[in-house]
Amino acid sequence: MFGNILIWFVIIPIIMMAGLGLCRNSNMKAIRAVMVVCSVALLGLAIWLCCDFLRLRGMGDESEMLFTGSWMWYAPLNIHLAVGVDGISVLMLLLSAVIVFAGTIASWQINPLPKNFFLWFALLSTGVFGFFISIDMFTMFMFYEVALIPMYLLIGVWGTGRKEYSAMKLTLMLMGGSAFLMLGLLGIFWHSAPEGGQLTWNILEISHNASIDPSWQNMLFCFTFVGFGVLGAMFPFHTWSPDGHACAPTAVSMLHAGVLMKLGGYGCFRIAIFLLPQAANELAWIFIILTGISIVYGAFSACVQTDLKYINAYSSVSHCGMVLFAILMLNTTAMTGAIMQMLSHGLMTALFFALIGMIYGRTHTRDIRQMGGLMQIMPYLGVCYMIAGFASLGLPGLSGFVAEMTIFFGAFQDSDLFHRIFVICACSAIVTTAVYILRVVGKLLLGPVHDEHHRQLTDATWWERLSTVTLIVCIAGIGCFPNWINETIQHSFQPIIAAIQGAI
Amino acid sequence: MDYSQFGAMLPELIVLGIFLIVFLFDTFSGEGAKKALPSLTTILFALGTVAIWIVPASAEPVFGGMYVNTPACNAIKAILNVGVFIVFLQSVKWVDSESMKIRRGEFYELLLVTLFGMYLMVSARHFLLFIIGLESASLPLAALVAFNKKEYESHEAAIKYIMTAVFSSAILLCGLSFVYAFSGGSLYFSDIAVALSIGETSGLLLVAIAFVLAGLGFKLSLVPFHLWTADVYEGAPTSITSYLSVVSKGAAAFAFFIIFTQCFGAVYSDAWEWMLYAVIIATITVGNLFAMRQKNMKRFMAFSSISQAGYLMLGAVADSSLGLGSMMFYIFVYIVSNLGAFAVIQTIEYQTGKLNMDDYNGLHKTNPWLSFAMTLAMFSLAGIPPFAGFFSKFLIFTSVTGTGSMALYMLVLIALINTIISLYYYLLVVKAIWISGDAPKIESFRSDGASRAALWISVAGIVFFGLVPYIYQYCIDSVMASQDSILSAILPLFVG
Repeated sequence: MFGNILIWFVIIPIIMMAGLGLCRNSNMKAIRAVMVVCSVALLGLAIWLCCDFLRLRGMGDESEMLFTGSWMWYAPLNIHLAVGVDGISVLMLLLSAVIVFAGTIASWQINPLPKNFFLWFALLSTGVFGFFISIDMFTMFMFYEVALIPMYLLIGVWGTGRKEYSAMKLTLMLMGGSAFLMLGLLGIFWHSAPEGGQLTWNILEISHNASIDPSWQNMLFCFTFVGFGVLGAMFPFHTWSPDGHACAPTAVSMLHAGVLMKLGGYGCFRIAIFLLPQAANELAWIFIILTGISIVYGAFSACVQTDLKYINAYSSVSHCGMVLFAILMLNTTAMTGAIMQMLSHGLMTALFFALIGMIYGRTHTRDIRQMGGLMQIMPYLGVCYMIAGFASLGLPGLSGFVAEMTIFFGAFQDSDLFHRIFVICACSAIVTTAVYILRVVGKLLLGPVHDEHHRQLTDATWWERLSTVTLIVCIAGIGCFPNWINETIQHSFQPIIAAIQGAI
Repeated sequence: MDYSQFGAMLPELIVLGIFLIVFLFDTFSGEGAKKALPSLTTILFALGTVAIWIVPASAEPVFGGMYVNTPACNAIKAILNVGVFIVFLQSVKWVDSESMKIRRGEFYELLLVTLFGMYLMVSARHFLLFIIGLESASLPLAALVAFNKKEYESHEAAIKYIMTAVFSSAILLCGLSFVYAFSGGSLYFSDIAVALSIGETSGLLLVAIAFVLAGLGFKLSLVPFHLWTADVYEGAPTSITSYLSVVSKGAAAFAFFIIFTQCFGAVYSDAWEWMLYAVIIATITVGNLFAMRQKNMKRFMAFSSISQAGYLMLGAVADSSLGLGSMMFYIFVYIVSNLGAFAVIQTIEYQTGKLNMDDYNGLHKTNPWLSFAMTLAMFSLAGIPPFAGFFSKFLIFTSVTGTGSMALYMLVLIALINTIISLYYYLLVVKAIWISGDAPKIESFRSDGASRAALWISVAGIVFFGLVPYIYQYCIDSVMASQDSILSAILPLFVG
């Protein structure tokens, strides 16, 4: 079991928690040491996995999942701890590792209770990594919920503003989503094999069996898609996102917007569409409408907000809507775009939240009406903010451009009127994005200094620089070398496209 | 009479033996030696539990089929024993207190007698023996509830408890007299099942089954038979409350399953399927809605335990081996989670006398370990992974949906939506501990060794027995080895 590299993505965070358990609450140095060592180890492991994966693919290994392993867990129900990755999960693991690293560095001076903070943070990352390595629905669901619950304490204890309300709202809404999800998964399980066959939770086996009755598929598709869609901030289930993100502490916003919201998109892709292709064909239009609304509505809402975090949270609703929108187009190009958008949005939104946290730590306000001309005072943070903004509005050379370009390219392939109209509407969000990004940049960074007290503020410290540079390098990396991403994920869509075409 | 038949009753004999030792020791030892009573009982009980756990059950019906100790019955007894053991550990400090000193022997004796009664409820296959078990489980409990004899609430609770217990027994007996008529003059479970499978379903049978359901519903505090619960839980000494909430409930749930599947299994879809649905939905929902408003921790736990009983009953809906196994696992997990919470409540009550949720504000600053344990217990009760409560809930939902009817999916959906409501109020406790309040109201203190041991056992159970499938496997294996459930539609699922 321990010979499998994927298992270590879960074991390292557990070691992290054990290590933190041994530290004393006041001993900041030891806590930092544990966190840095483990998050660097995770990052190294993710990079190594990525290289190894590409090497195996290069050698012509075309199986759906690599590094697979399966260990019996709850034998009476045939529940396994089953792991395996394809190109998409490898990239998601890499993204998570980068953001966990950046988040750790960004919360260098967390206060109060640093030990407890990192303990829950580590539990959150266990859930995230576990989710991406699982190919067994039960373990996937378990890790999914593991990732949700620490949010309550992380926001409630270390957050700002209306934190109690937001933490409760976020937790209950996400858990509500997972209630629907659980019902969907149970339905899939009980229909996972033809009459008399061995029922299974394993995603690959279920898709090979393809035995789910069409009459059940529609119901189960709605349950699973809505279940994951809540975490993907799909309209009208997105309302947890602005409040939750606005009140969360920096590292948690980063991890939540950067990685956790991707759990939703990934889950829709891996379970709802892959396992229930017939229903996906039939019912995609409902969710295209909903996600289309998310995209446009999120962008417009961001235009009128004055709190930096709210702006970014609504922009996340818009961008994550685009991920789900692209997945629902059910073709390879759009799905490739969706994966790129997940990576791009994950990195850039993490960068945004890190910067907002740093600015807020200095000015003690997030209201753009009370700030101005920060570029003169803290040029480093200002430039970083601009880079994040440009990535968000899709400047060529940065990650956002590649992702959105691919999505709309793929989405336009469907030639019927319904799809065309919705793609065009969604495209309009690009313009709106430019409006709200430039508005913030103009008010916040450029122009005269609004508050003379701000002149005494300092620029970024070394750990803030390290955290932001890591993310910027990745954003530029995707923007300049998108082919690398493409190569990694190109084999991953064949099974899903085959399933969808088989269903027609 | 063949006295070797008593050999089949090993768990009962063990409990009876411990009872006699405690009784004789309490009667004949001097004042000084009596100090050893709590530790003596606890150690003996631990040994007895181990014996029940490892000695295989005989599974032979004895006394003309009145009594049988199948592996499943044996397993549930072992599981209940774990709960009682933790309760014993929790109450060591309490029974050593000044007002309790002269009565500590009685505490253990009465408790063991009720446990003996529950064993009979679990193993009875004849209603006469079942009633004996039920009564000996109920009446001494009333005395235990009144144990804080100088407190008004304790008396009130005892009166309420004894009234409802007697009332529910009367209803149950009334139902049984109807059943007696249907079965043509036999109270054996097997005879009743045969008689019902050939007879017609009539209105009178529905009444009979409804009466039996109501009688057991009082024990399980299912809605609408739950009205006594909150007051009794609040008034009883906390050790007794924790015993009532887990052990008594677990035994009743198992007995419920046995009686309804073995006696009334033949008329399941005609007569009591919809009754059970209605009762479950009402129990879960009402328990949750009332729990949200509670400020007193004991009342809070009372309503939480009502809704947990509803989830427990989901195992009976499935009417299958898988359902029974999941229900037993749920009982185990519920025992460790609930007792974990009660261990914290009780420690704080004895140290400071504080029982309100507001008093827990900022607890993490003064008592970080208690806060941590309470948080884990709340997460486990709410069904959050990786704690055991998630697994037990998931497994019981899986067993319910297995039969594949749409009605059951809707039932599970309602139950799932209710888990969100329950998450809300469990998080209120977590919020009080970690988020609310700047000035902690509870001083920093160090609790006694025994209750800390109880807490450690509960926390270990919460953390490990979800991730390690040992207990679940044990439950399923023991159910598979006995013929307690009549339907086995889901059997092909079992692998290897």
